[in-house]
Amino acid sequence: MNLLKISTSNLKDKPLTSFLSILLMALGIAIISLLLLAGKQIEEKFTRNVAGIDMVVGAKGSPLQLILSSIYQIDAPTGNISMDEANRLTRSPLVKSVIPLSMGDSYQGYRIVGSNQKYLDHFQAEFEQGKVFGEAMEIVAGAKVAKNLGFKIGDTFASQHGFNKEGHAHDAKKFKVVGILKTTNSVLDQVMITPLESVWAVHEDHAVEEEGKGANALKLLEENNDTEPNSIHPTEDSKEITSMLVKFRNPAMGMMMARSINLNSTLQTATPAIEINRLFALMGFGIEALQWIALVIIIVSGLSVFVSLYNSLKERKYEMALMLSMGASRTKLFLLLLLEGLIISIIGFIIGIILSRVGLWLMSENVEQNFHYDFNVLSLLKEEFWLFLGALFIGLLAAAIPSLSIYNINISKTLADE
Amino acid sequence: MIATQNLTFAYASDKQFHFPNFSCADRETMLILGKSGNGKTTFLHLMALLLKPTGGKIQINNQEISQFSVSQAADFRAKNVGIIYQKPHFVHSLSVMDNLLLTNYLAGKNQAKKTAQHLAESLGFAEHLSKKTTQLSQGEQQRVSIARALMNNPSVILADEPTSSLDDDNCIKVIELLQKQIQEIGASLVVVTHDQRLKDVFSSCCML
Repeated sequence: MNLLKISTSNLKDKPLTSFLSILLMALGIAIISLLLLAGKQIEEKFTRNVAGIDMVVGAKGSPLQLILSSIYQIDAPTGNISMDEANRLTRSPLVKSVIPLSMGDSYQGYRIVGSNQKYLDHFQAEFEQGKVFGEAMEIVAGAKVAKNLGFKIGDTFASQHGFNKEGHAHDAKKFKVVGILKTTNSVLDQVMITPLESVWAVHEDHAVEEEGKGANALKLLEENNDTEPNSIHPTEDSKEITSMLVKFRNPAMGMMMARSINLNSTLQTATPAIEINRLFALMGFGIEALQWIALVIIIVSGLSVFVSLYNSLKERKYEMALMLSMGASRTKLFLLLLLEGLIISIIGFIIGIILSRVGLWLMSENVEQNFHYDFNVLSLLKEEFWLFLGALFIGLLAAAIPSLSIYNINISKTLADE
Repeated sequence: MIATQNLTFAYASDKQFHFPNFSCADRETMLILGKSGNGKTTFLHLMALLLKPTGGKIQINNQEISQFSVSQAADFRAKNVGIIYQKPHFVHSLSVMDNLLLTNYLAGKNQAKKTAQHLAESLGFAEHLSKKTTQLSQGEQQRVSIARALMNNPSVILADEPTSSLDDDNCIKVIELLQKQIQEIGASLVVVTHDQRLKDVFSSCCML
């Protein structure tokens, strides 16, 4: 027999009321914690992938779309640019390095990125098995892709046009897996990398095929994004890529170069840092709204503790007087009631944290299926420690206000009245 | 033992109570008879130190207790006085056993499960120890509240109308049980009641 036992008995004695208070607390905690976790993870992923890239050059369109498609591989590319025009940029003394990218095809929902060795080096990729691609149609698979599709060295497959599984297959040319990468925790895990020449090769045939079939104009127009339909054997000049990742020697000077490109060419430049900040600002509204909702839920949970204690104290007034007559001090009974609020807060917090983990796991499964982006689920944040203190505070406050009436009970009168 | 001298109390200046002097030695019983409204419960609460008298003296075990502070009174009451209330009230969420042990806990004593078990057997509710108090009948609840008053081996047992809700058979049984228990632990028993049936059972009686 001790205070803890009495307060847990009291909570168990009113299971529905206690359940409601705990549920509300858990929901509020779960939402806030989920937002914290997801926000943290998204930010981490976004900043890790953007590291070392000062500018992206691509076709005109939405700069955010250009960043999302070229760096994060999660949106459709803006269109193609001429390799020739792009190459002219690389000759500028301001540019330290460039990585060309060519996207547009996929296999089983995983993107095939045409690039070169530099793209792998950029992410400090290491090989789990095999080696880097040497010639066209050789391909290196990211860790996650290889695992999920069960790739082995030497496997061959035909890519599909577009990024969904329903895209039509480029059956004529098959890719051959020559290397599998170790996990880099970057976008590299989710894609397959092949030399630029492979993408060109696949679409040369493709263009001929399409023409032979007399495809309709719309279809042809779409294909235009990838290759010039008329040039069956494209020269170096007419070759196209999707975008280029640029690193400057001096980022400040680079900004000036970016401005002149935007003004004077058919190309567009986008700065990852700016676009990502813009994206976070857009998401920020939603996150903030959700945080307010969660806060309101937690406060309602506090109110629920308050109301249930307030009501039960009216019923339990005699009980309190009885315990006082049996030698309990008023402070002891006050602590007893505080403990009830505290227990609800603690249980609610624990359930909330578990719920947020389950929620993040579900979200991550869903996001992974749709975007091939994954979240790491089990980390505990230091913000959650503050959340814990906040939950305790609300539980204590909600219990303390009605419990103060303990100090006003007239023992003799209460015992005599009933 | 317990004794009172010239005890007075007033809820308001126009309603002054004067209580009779009496003295009750260990293992003895004292019946205080009075109609309702005569201040029976007030007298009992004064003896239990739940109210502070405006004048007069109360001695328990030859110790003058009427001028104790609130916390002194609470401590003294918890250790030396067992109270049986008119209606049996308990901590609703706790089992019968836990309600008995609560008496030890709140008085700061060791929790005597064996004593509780023993009392439950001699008062005839041993099979109900793990039940909630609300599952017991009125008579059973009254016996549990007697056991509760005995848990700390008090020097004085104060009973407020312990028999008013019981039929004749149970009434006699409860009084016999009480008298037997105080013989065992060597306490004084003071019963405050309007129940005329008890007049013949008690040797000493005083009227309010």
